[in-house]
Amino acid sequence: MSEALLQVEGMKKYFKIKKDQTVKSVDDISIEIKKGETFGLVGESGSGKSTLGKTIVGLQSPTAGRIIYNGVDVETLDKKSKINVNREMQIIFQDPYASLNPRMRVGDIIAEGIDAHNLAKGKARQDRIFELLDRVGLRPEHARRYPHEFSGGQRQRIGIARALAVNPKFIVADEPISALDVSIQAQVINLMEDLKKQEELTYLFIAHDLGMVKHISDRIGVMYLGKMMELANSYDLFAEPLHPYTQALLSAIPVANPKAAKRERIVLAGDPPSPVNPPSGCRFRTRCPHAMSICAEVVPAWKEVKPNHWTACHLYN
Amino acid sequence: MTNLLEVKNLEVSFKTFGGEVQAVRNVSFHVDKGEIVAIVGESGSGKSVTVQTIMGLIPTPPGKVKNGEILFQNKDLLKLSKREMQKIKGSKISMVFQDPMTSLNPTMRIGKQIEEGLIVHQKLSKTEARRRAVEMIRLVGIPNAEERYNQYPHEFSGGMRQRAMIAIALSCNPELLIADEPTTALDVTIQAQVLDLMKDLKEKTNTAIILITHDLGVVAETAERVIVMYAGMMVESGRVNELFENPRHPYTWGLMESIPDTNAAHKSRLVPIEGSPPDLFSPPKGCPFAPRCKYAMEICLSEMPPAFEIGEGHHSRCWLNDPRAPKVENEVAAGREKQ
Repeated sequence: MSEALLQVEGMKKYFKIKKDQTVKSVDDISIEIKKGETFGLVGESGSGKSTLGKTIVGLQSPTAGRIIYNGVDVETLDKKSKINVNREMQIIFQDPYASLNPRMRVGDIIAEGIDAHNLAKGKARQDRIFELLDRVGLRPEHARRYPHEFSGGQRQRIGIARALAVNPKFIVADEPISALDVSIQAQVINLMEDLKKQEELTYLFIAHDLGMVKHISDRIGVMYLGKMMELANSYDLFAEPLHPYTQALLSAIPVANPKAAKRERIVLAGDPPSPVNPPSGCRFRTRCPHAMSICAEVVPAWKEVKPNHWTACHLYN
Repeated sequence: MTNLLEVKNLEVSFKTFGGEVQAVRNVSFHVDKGEIVAIVGESGSGKSVTVQTIMGLIPTPPGKVKNGEILFQNKDLLKLSKREMQKIKGSKISMVFQDPMTSLNPTMRIGKQIEEGLIVHQKLSKTEARRRAVEMIRLVGIPNAEERYNQYPHEFSGGMRQRAMIAIALSCNPELLIADEPTTALDVTIQAQVLDLMKDLKEKTNTAIILITHDLGVVAETAERVIVMYAGMMVESGRVNELFENPRHPYTWGLMESIPDTNAAHKSRLVPIEGSPPDLFSPPKGCPFAPRCKYAMEICLSEMPPAFEIGEGHHSRCWLNDPRAPKVENEVAAGREKQ
């Protein structure tokens, strides 16, 4: 595929919670997202996937690491170019109820970015709002209404229109469909796929619904307790998961077919450990069915085990 | 098998400023002893209101049961006094809610919350109740039961809290457990643990379970029978194997088509159900799904379809099943055969 749009190098994001306690939400992660691809990011709650997404678009500043956008380190940019990068990177949030200001009209919500970046005024601004509404399958008269007048699926469409308003190149979608009903999820996913084609977008798609992530993504990264466990293109990851965590995660997806041969389900014992005090060595070892003595001592190296299929696990050393 | 619970022609509505919402319309089903019945449907389909009515949790007003009977062991729960109902709630029928954080008391130790029902319903002494509570914590797979007994909900993780809820619900050996989206707030690996636990407990204690979910995968892997609800009505019901193999309602087809197939090698576009569910202030006269249905005919808009019997215990409320209707190829089942 084509060149990288975004490179994340050694990104760390730590949160101090008490005097001498830090949560290592994202701990030394490097990924590369190519132009025009959809990169899926999966992991359980607390794995740091949303933190990674928010840090990439600049909603939080990283504790360490570099974000390279279009070949340039974002930190080194002057103010003006930085604003431009911020415009090109947008985010769609999970909760369509909490992420829209209830006191603003939908038209103004959508136009907030347009106003902030001074992209259009007066009639042009109005036309742009109508065009965006149309793009996401809403009607012009919706611009005058308030968020509470919309259903969850429609609100998510408004969130998408807001992100599109400033002509972004890269969109982080942070669990965009988790709060929606099944039949509505498919509508939003199809919309996102259409927009990607029309606007030549690149997505970072964060979710915990593995089925949807597989459907929409070209490549998928699996996170656990702030670390990347495995990375491969989506078909390979599902056909041949290498890391024991990925294997367990995939086997836990309930399949909507009672006749499907009952697969061997790997039920993980226990809960994920607290990110305040993660296990030494490999972070997954406390729940791993294949844990060996080395796993407690040495952090497994990030290795390309098969072509374009990376994992961090001592089983493949 | 004998009927443990029989719901007949249940109708529930809510009075609001905007008018009367007809949340549950003419719902009838039964649950046998030791059986897992799943109810699937989207938000607003009436699945939660149905089970809350069984539990007597509908606030009246604004809610009102307009019609119907709920026979539990041949006694109509709707006719019981508050006192009599209280005896059944928590001891014979108990419930697990979706959100384990807001349904546990944050200021009360977990152990005490489990004991509550034992002391009230089973009249156990404090020491007896404590022994039993620790046993329950162990039964639902929480390690260090003695220590956990003394902890508060905030010291538990999400999966643990849901286990604690299940421990509370099962402490008095209920005949019927109602689980309202018990795994929706949980991660998949934890969801697998909780579902296994529920199946396991059903085997051990022969408790019947009504499982509310919106995930067809959970239905296929857990339940024996399934009821599909839409706009307050049952649109299709039947044994899980039969219904997944031969679904006979376009809404069920739609639900099945809108989930991606994780086994497929090639990406195919998802087929969503266009539009959104009807307004229950004034539900359409005919089939509630007709406005979103690809196959809608003239009759669908004007007349409510009856529940056609497809096979033994398999019913579908769709005019397509009338012998006079045009034959529509069942796309979902056909698609599944090909793989």
